[in-house]
Amino acid sequence: MDYRNTLTTCTYCGCGCNLFLESLDGRLTGTIPCKTGPVNEGKLCIKGWNVHQFVQSGKRLTKPLLRKNRKLEEVSWDEALDFIASRLKHIKAADGPDAVGFFASAKVTNEENYLMQKFARAAIGTNNVDHCARL
Amino acid sequence: MIDTIKQKISGLLSDASVKGVVALKTANGHVTPCVFQKEDDLDMLSLGDMQASGDTRYPLNKVLITIARQYPDDVFGVLVRGCDERGLYTLYRLNQLDPDKVVPIGFCCPEELAKACECKKPYPDDPVAGEKTKEIFQNRMEEIEGMDISKRFSFWMDQFSKCIKCYGCRNICSMCFCRECSLECEDLVSKGSLPVDIPVFHLTRAMHMADRCIDCGLCEEACPSDIPLRVLYKKTSRIMNAEFGFTSGIEKQEKSPLSMLGPAPDN
Ligand code: SF4
Ligand code: SF4
Repeated sequence: MDYRNTLTTCTYCGCGCNLFLESLDGRLTGTIPCKTGPVNEGKLCIKGWNVHQFVQSGKRLTKPLLRKNRKLEEVSWDEALDFIASRLKHIKAADGPDAVGFFASAKVTNEENYLMQKFARAAIGTNNVDHCARL
Repeated sequence: MIDTIKQKISGLLSDASVKGVVALKTANGHVTPCVFQKEDDLDMLSLGDMQASGDTRYPLNKVLITIARQYPDDVFGVLVRGCDERGLYTLYRLNQLDPDKVVPIGFCCPEELAKACECKKPYPDDPVAGEKTKEIFQNRMEEIEGMDISKRFSFWMDQFSKCIKCYGCRNICSMCFCRECSLECEDLVSKGSLPVDIPVFHLTRAMHMADRCIDCGLCEEACPSDIPLRVLYKKTSRIMNAEFGFTSGIEKQEKSPLSMLGPAPDN
């Protein structure tokens, strides 16, 4: 028997509520808000309370998909990243950096979002940076 | 106190009378619900007192239900305060836990915590550690009961209107184990919309807790809107006591009057 509570941060928004992901024998069984987390002090919103549910959702994308001949196909990370890099280079060369836009996410950390905008501005050279919460 | 409890758990684990003990531990600077299976891990044991007495209590009975559903043939120990023991008695009564498969490891709460909770029984029946302290008078409820009816009504409606419908009060509660919940029944509570239906949402829960709530206070602690939920459920529980002489979780074998058919008992 392997019962665990893994301390982590809610992925749903930028507040950073602390919670325990409860698991039994490798399967997530629930979410418990962390009382000693300074941000949320043992409380959560309805999204946080259900954060364990999407991890094991059958609908979740777990592998990169690439559209080939109008059909999405599973490909390796290497192939997906090579494709993205070559297309970004191509678009930038053909139409300029402002032909590219970057959408950051509420579901990642502050630091990851920082990295994203840095990449947009410094590597590609565009200020076209927006966020999924404004969609 | 904690050393006596460690010894007790150690004994249970070493003679294999339990498969594990549901308790709390301190890890990474946080108190966490856990299951102890090895004696060596016991130096991490916590009783749920971080800054103040009992400020990091967690629903250990709920953890036990999760495990017992998966391992119905094994015996588990569980760390219990007075409230948790009332919870165990209630869960035995409602067939959610089998008393033959549970070894409670009880300890008494200090007076300071008993006062903060206004607890009617701040100790388990058979504590391993701590001194039994007295029942505390229910001041908070008297205060609200003392308001005239229209003031009291607006007091509660104001409180309920703060609700963000997080379902935390239900989710944290060890006595809320139903697979289908009335608070998700669309005939009572509208789905996918805010503000929450008041007072239906809160009164539905209060009605359902009337013979279940063991007054642990975890719901109120989990409520992001600081709604005095515990007082609300103390009230329904007081009605149960006045009408039927019943208080949830006090007597181990007692059946709930709400689950009996036939004429009302005499008292
Ligand atoms: S006090 Fe709240 S969390 Fe505890 S048993 Fe009653 S309703 Fe459930
Ligand atoms: S915990 Fe408080 S805010 Fe959340 S649903 Fe319950 S009463 Fe409403």
